[in-house]
Amino acid sequence: MNLHEYQAKELMKKHGAKIQEGIMVETADDAVVAAKKLTEETGTGWHVIKAQVHAGGRGKGGGVKLAKNLDEVKSISNDILGMQLITPQTSAEGKLVRKILVAQDVYYPGEVDPKEYYISLLMDRSSGRNVFIYSTEGGMDIETVAEETPHLVQKEFIDPALGLQGFQLRKIAFNLGLSGAAFKDMTKFLYSVYNSYIKSDASMIEINPCLKTSDNQIMAVDGKISIDDNALYRQKDLAEMRDLLEEDPTEVEADKVGLNYVKLDGNVGCMVNGAGLAMATMDMIKLSGGEPANFLDVGGTANAERVEIAFRLILKDPNVKAILVNIFGGIVRCDRVAQGIVDAYKSIGEIPVPIIVRLQGTNAEEAQVIIKESGLKVESAIILEEAAQKVKAVLA
Amino acid sequence: MAVLVNKDSKVIVQGFTGKEGTFHAGQMIEFGTNVVGGVTPGKGGQKHLDRPVFNTVADAVKETGADVTIIFVPPAFAADAVMEAADAGIGVIITITEGIPVQDMVKVKTYLADKDVRMVGPNCPGVITADGAKVGIMPGFIFKKGNIGIISKSGTLTYEAADQVVKAGLGVTTAIGVGGDPIIGTTPLDAVKLLMEDDETKGIVLIGEIGGDLEVKAARWIKENSTKPVVGFIAGETAPTGRTMGHAGAIVGGAEDTAQAKKAIMRECGIHVVDSPAAIGGKMAEVIK
Repeated sequence: MNLHEYQAKELMKKHGAKIQEGIMVETADDAVVAAKKLTEETGTGWHVIKAQVHAGGRGKGGGVKLAKNLDEVKSISNDILGMQLITPQTSAEGKLVRKILVAQDVYYPGEVDPKEYYISLLMDRSSGRNVFIYSTEGGMDIETVAEETPHLVQKEFIDPALGLQGFQLRKIAFNLGLSGAAFKDMTKFLYSVYNSYIKSDASMIEINPCLKTSDNQIMAVDGKISIDDNALYRQKDLAEMRDLLEEDPTEVEADKVGLNYVKLDGNVGCMVNGAGLAMATMDMIKLSGGEPANFLDVGGTANAERVEIAFRLILKDPNVKAILVNIFGGIVRCDRVAQGIVDAYKSIGEIPVPIIVRLQGTNAEEAQVIIKESGLKVESAIILEEAAQKVKAVLA
Repeated sequence: MAVLVNKDSKVIVQGFTGKEGTFHAGQMIEFGTNVVGGVTPGKGGQKHLDRPVFNTVADAVKETGADVTIIFVPPAFAADAVMEAADAGIGVIITITEGIPVQDMVKVKTYLADKDVRMVGPNCPGVITADGAKVGIMPGFIFKKGNIGIISKSGTLTYEAADQVVKAGLGVTTAIGVGGDPIIGTTPLDAVKLLMEDDETKGIVLIGEIGGDLEVKAARWIKENSTKPVVGFIAGETAPTGRTMGHAGAIVGGAEDTAQAKKAIMRECGIHVVDSPAAIGGKMAEVIK
């Protein structure tokens, strides 16, 4: 589960990190009120208006702008709210902006030049340990930095039994070239980030940029946090922060009934039991000349009710030209699944696209008989290769 | 001889009296697995499926001499169950539970590091040795006896591969479902090493998916040490970047953990990689001659 920038920063602040202060609003009028309040509290003259959507690269798409007075706060907020924000991480049509963050300007002039850093904390799969990744090259795309100047990206692994140690905080801060007050502030900042991460079961925290201000304070100017979905049962406050409007409505609907669905851009829908087989089926669709329209794992109980819901979800996508059902029956008996498909088909009425049903495993032959005798316009297969050939024939 | 589990394994079930534990323990017993008892805290002293229930794994080990455990404990308590089994001296811990928080697994991995124990999973279908023991949730009848070892991150895709291998006239020694989580106990590399040393296994099917670098590590080892043909498949060539595809670990983070990148490295390392999941059995029949 992903958090918005404003939620991520609030969470880090709660754990002691300094952040670029801001107020989330949903109208331009509220933006002006928020701006006035921020000026009173922080003394900031200018304000930054930031679109709150779950996608990176917001600045590049015109979703982050500087307002130098209250009139600009209002006009820029009006421009950004309601826009379809297109960034390198969104689809071509972009994402509708419903919320903005009115934030203080933290790049004010002072005794030293402001300097941006990159800080992230995540679980390194290779070692099974949490690791800080950090760089002096803040504010840039870290993948690009890692590719072009790998020596500027450094890692600090954390011992799971001992947790983060003081020497590690100092090491990172020194490696970032800090000294004096900023050095001290950075060690405190890193410790707060670590606590935010561990105490909220985060799978990733990224602060890019982390800023050293002109008066040597270290703070988060942006913040991205992903929470481990498996841990949401013990992170109830965070689970409530989920913004369903940022997710695909069909995926949200699928999630409610326990189906694992991911919308894709292709023309062949698929319904499969098991995540690995589902991905393999998508790959097979491509090899057969189509493109998968979705990922859909119906799980272990492929009964009539679930099959019907799954069909209805797939058929919501107007691009779907055919549907491939691929079930490997183990504990689940294929004849039951076949009956489920027949019942679901009848309940929906007319399904306007060809359906290829591949049932293999326990009682596969009986299943094929049920499909054949149903009289429905359903192509049946047992061997996976046979199913692939039938998809090819349907698309030709 | 097959690997990890066989007909002499003394198996206990953690989460024995729960719905999942009860159903699958019954299926395992029907298959012929030597299930010697189970653990459900607070129900020690009872009988379940005609076998003794213990309060702790330590009690179960003391009374039955159990050397393998299978865990069906719910996600919130599963990490604890793994550590309990390791502490009691169980040698092979097979964790079926899906949905364990990743930070719990970070701790488990550290806890197990200096112990003489092998964990398989979590979020896996388990391990099955044909004509020996099924310690998992797979449909046993598909895994007909033969000489091919199977390693896979996914459940139904393991069954698919086993079915194809059997239909190709080869059959299975041991199939190891390593699991689809970001942190797993037995990696594809560990599993490859086990099957490479097994005399009965003449060929290996290695099935992976997008995310992480575990298949790549296995491939690099295979390049230097392999004595048997390996057929490989990586699911998820058509999966989009940054989205989790069912398994918590199946997510493309960068250029190196895509299906394409993994397949390219596996091919360089001499693995017979197939692009279609329908071609696994046929390819194995072709290369094992």
